[in-house]
Amino acid sequence: MHYEIVDFVIDIAQNSCEAGAKTVEVFFEEDGKGIGIRVVDDGKGMDAEELARGLDPFVTDGRKHPGRRVGLGLPFLKQAIDINGGQFSIRSEKGRGTDVAFRFDKEQVDCPPLGDVPGMMLSILCLPGAQEMIIRRKTGQVSYELRKSELAEALGNLEEVSSLAALKQYLRSQEEGEELWQG
Amino acid sequence: MARMTLDELRALRDTKRQDLARRDVEGKDIQIIVGMGTCGIAAGAKLTFDALVDSIQKHGLENRVLIRQTGCMGLCYVEPTVEVAFPGMPTVIYGKMTQDTAEELVQKHLVEHSLLDNHIFDRPAADILKK
Repeated sequence: MHYEIVDFVIDIAQNSCEAGAKTVEVFFEEDGKGIGIRVVDDGKGMDAEELARGLDPFVTDGRKHPGRRVGLGLPFLKQAIDINGGQFSIRSEKGRGTDVAFRFDKEQVDCPPLGDVPGMMLSILCLPGAQEMIIRRKTGQVSYELRKSELAEALGNLEEVSSLAALKQYLRSQEEGEELWQG
Repeated sequence: MARMTLDELRALRDTKRQDLARRDVEGKDIQIIVGMGTCGIAAGAKLTFDALVDSIQKHGLENRVLIRQTGCMGLCYVEPTVEVAFPGMPTVIYGKMTQDTAEELVQKHLVEHSLLDNHIFDRPAADILKK
């Protein structure tokens, strides 16, 4: 089971990338009561039957690892949400993409710790596969949008450690809050 | 620290590039792949990824290394897994590469050019057998 909320988000975003998505959008919102996340992709999608199997921990498509019988990404998330009493929804259309939305209730004792948000952004932005990754973050203090294409244009190859180090600094600074008096 | 703009990010990148240009002796010839499947993430692969970036920078190797993420490498029981391809050395998949061992990996494999004992889970045996 994942320990932090950011781990669930990376897992779902990684699914999108593996599903062959060209564009992945991640919405990450936080208010006093909860943390809401939505991951929308235009990947290969699933039909109703595949979707039901995706939520079953003891099923995987077996293509990536022949002989394996478990697929835990979505079931982990569903379980964590069930324990927390939060909300979970998944919609998918074969050939069109998948839309996963979930919300953790912060006031409930079984809400996982949030985790390192800039570190999560770094990981998601550098996942292989998706050409465009758009992350929209909104909390009571900060509101910003990140686009992989813009960052890659500013930095060059996002796999180079020198780019990663600069990106890390940039992402940390985004969480610092708006300096309204400057505007 | 105020929020950086994209222009400031570009400027930061340029200064880093200049620093590197002075030290640059070889191309980007070292590749590191971090397993970022469900199993990896659950075992803390994100922290490992982060620690590798920091450690490689600390050792001044950022101009030579590319770090990629991938899905599950099939070694779920020893996650987090990290594959290292270093010229002149067998490509190795290291297991149990937690945040704390990431530094050790950089020091041993990338700096001292020796393998990291007790963490090798795949690849080198096949490479050695071929010879």
